[in-house]
Amino acid sequence: MISLSEYLILGALLFVISIAGIFINRKNLIVLLMCVELMLLAVNINFVAFSHFLGDVTGQVFVFFILTVAAAEAAIGLAILIVLFRNRRTIDVDDLDTMKG
Amino acid sequence: MSFEKFLFYLLAAILVGSALMVITRKNPVHSALFLVLAFFNMAGIWILAEAEFLAIALVLVYVGAVMVLFLFVIMMLDIDLATVRAGFVKHLPLGIVVAALMLAEMVMVLGPRHFGLDKYAAPEAAPADYNNTAELGLSLFTQHLYALEIAAVILLVAMIAAISLTLRKRPGTKRQNVAAQHMVKKKDRLKIIKMTAEEKG
Repeated sequence: MISLSEYLILGALLFVISIAGIFINRKNLIVLLMCVELMLLAVNINFVAFSHFLGDVTGQVFVFFILTVAAAEAAIGLAILIVLFRNRRTIDVDDLDTMKG
Repeated sequence: MSFEKFLFYLLAAILVGSALMVITRKNPVHSALFLVLAFFNMAGIWILAEAEFLAIALVLVYVGAVMVLFLFVIMMLDIDLATVRAGFVKHLPLGIVVAALMLAEMVMVLGPRHFGLDKYAAPEAAPADYNNTAELGLSLFTQHLYALEIAAVILLVAMIAAISLTLRKRPGTKRQNVAAQHMVKKKDRLKIIKMTAEEKG
């Protein structure tokens, strides 16, 4: 049988992969957004696994809401990205320092 | 090793492999397609954990909507692939160190010593007439109704925000003004000139 710790370690593995992705893809905002999606997925597997092992459906309800918010976040993030590219012709994170004091 | 366990490890291996491909590919289109593969495998793992409705919702919402949106945006922007790769190697060691540290810490906490089968026994398989969708819907529309309404408002706000952010008035585009077209009178457009007939010559 699959134990709870296997699900949780898989989630942790995905989470650290997406953190490493955020570190190394500093020049490409699109891949950064994809890493955030991957990170949310890694969090969701914890909810699903605990919901399965504790026999409580509330964990799955939480995943449902996280999916909703993640979809909204992706839509707004990509819209901001498009406006940014129109104005600055770049998606490099290092170039976005207009607000720096 | 039971077939269930074999399936879990197969799906998990493809999932982790495609996640690594997402963060290391040069071309963002390839990254997006590997992310699609990762979502599919995650849906398989959720079905193993008896969350069937969420697995299908993941495929529909993410693969069907969010990733298509990502691909549209990637293809709309013309990104210079050479410049987006600069600094990749420079940040790689730091990324690996932070990731390895976090993974080691998390495995220490989440390992079999605290969350193994002896601590959390594997639940029995649900009976054949168990309906995950009905169960989820019951909880969603009774206990969590208020949160559901807020989620609906969040989606509406996101839709309006995305449209209003990307909407732009372009100067110099030629478009019809239907009202002005209907208001036109004959005398505005047509000019009749009296002139003598030309001699054939």
